[in-house]
Amino acid sequence: MFKMGVRIMPRSEVLDTQGRAVEMTLKSRGFTVDDCKVGRYVVLKLEAKSKSEAETQAKKISEDLLCNMLIETYQIEELA
Amino acid sequence: MSKKRVGVLRFPGTNCDWDVWNAVKELGAEPQWLWHQDQFAPSEYESFIIPGGFSYGDYLRSGALAARSPVMDSLREAASKGFPIFGICNGFQILCEAQLLPGVLLRNIERRFVDKMIRMKIENPHSRFGSTLKKGQEVNMPVAHADGRFHIAENDLKALQDNNQIFCTYQNNHNGSAGNIAGVMNKSKNVVAMMPHPERALHSWMGSSDGRNFF
Repeated sequence: MFKMGVRIMPRSEVLDTQGRAVEMTLKSRGFTVDDCKVGRYVVLKLEAKSKSEAETQAKKISEDLLCNMLIETYQIEELA
Repeated sequence: MSKKRVGVLRFPGTNCDWDVWNAVKELGAEPQWLWHQDQFAPSEYESFIIPGGFSYGDYLRSGALAARSPVMDSLREAASKGFPIFGICNGFQILCEAQLLPGVLLRNIERRFVDKMIRMKIENPHSRFGSTLKKGQEVNMPVAHADGRFHIAENDLKALQDNNQIFCTYQNNHNGSAGNIAGVMNKSKNVVAMMPHPERALHSWMGSSDGRNFF
């Protein structure tokens, strides 16, 4: 069993309205923030024989559903 | 002659289903529900409509989960066989997520839910949904959406324009959509969708009766 994390972030060329709203609120509370991006983190428990097999599964899952490649990118990491 | 049978798709969270049902019926066709877990034979229908709402609570991305439900396998088959398919609002988002239409719908530029009457221009009439409308004709349509900003890569936008795939545009772009786009078609022009709600504009007492043209 492998625990995999998928980090999904909006592409830089796509306007991240959520990030912008959070950034404006932070600024209004007196924080100095240059840029703020809001993404999503998904944790998957996967049945696999090896880490590379788990990574392949996570990649498939990410491209099938978790991430819309037109507007987002993803990164996969193994979690303890 | 028997009435045209129109499959109306429903997902958990669809909420414009009865309005679409009534519009289809009022304008002379026979609506029939298709539940998200259904599979169907396309040949039993004349066309299909995906109504608006908040399918699956807009979880993950608007339309993302609905786009991957069992009924969409049958709809994909219907699309490839050339059946007319019409997506309204969330239906548009679902068709984009299912990659039956190009692009994606993002949060409105001003980040607010927008609910008002807008003026829309028909760029390329669709042969089934809005066939009585003329190229360049303007209509009054209600919109009600938070995720209505049409986004597409620049090259692909150019291709949409070149292939006459733009269905309709906003006269006053309230949500920041690329190319003022309110609705698009696929390459073969049988799949069409738009953000405005024609089912909410059937009679003058509703603010506009222009929606009648779309059913």
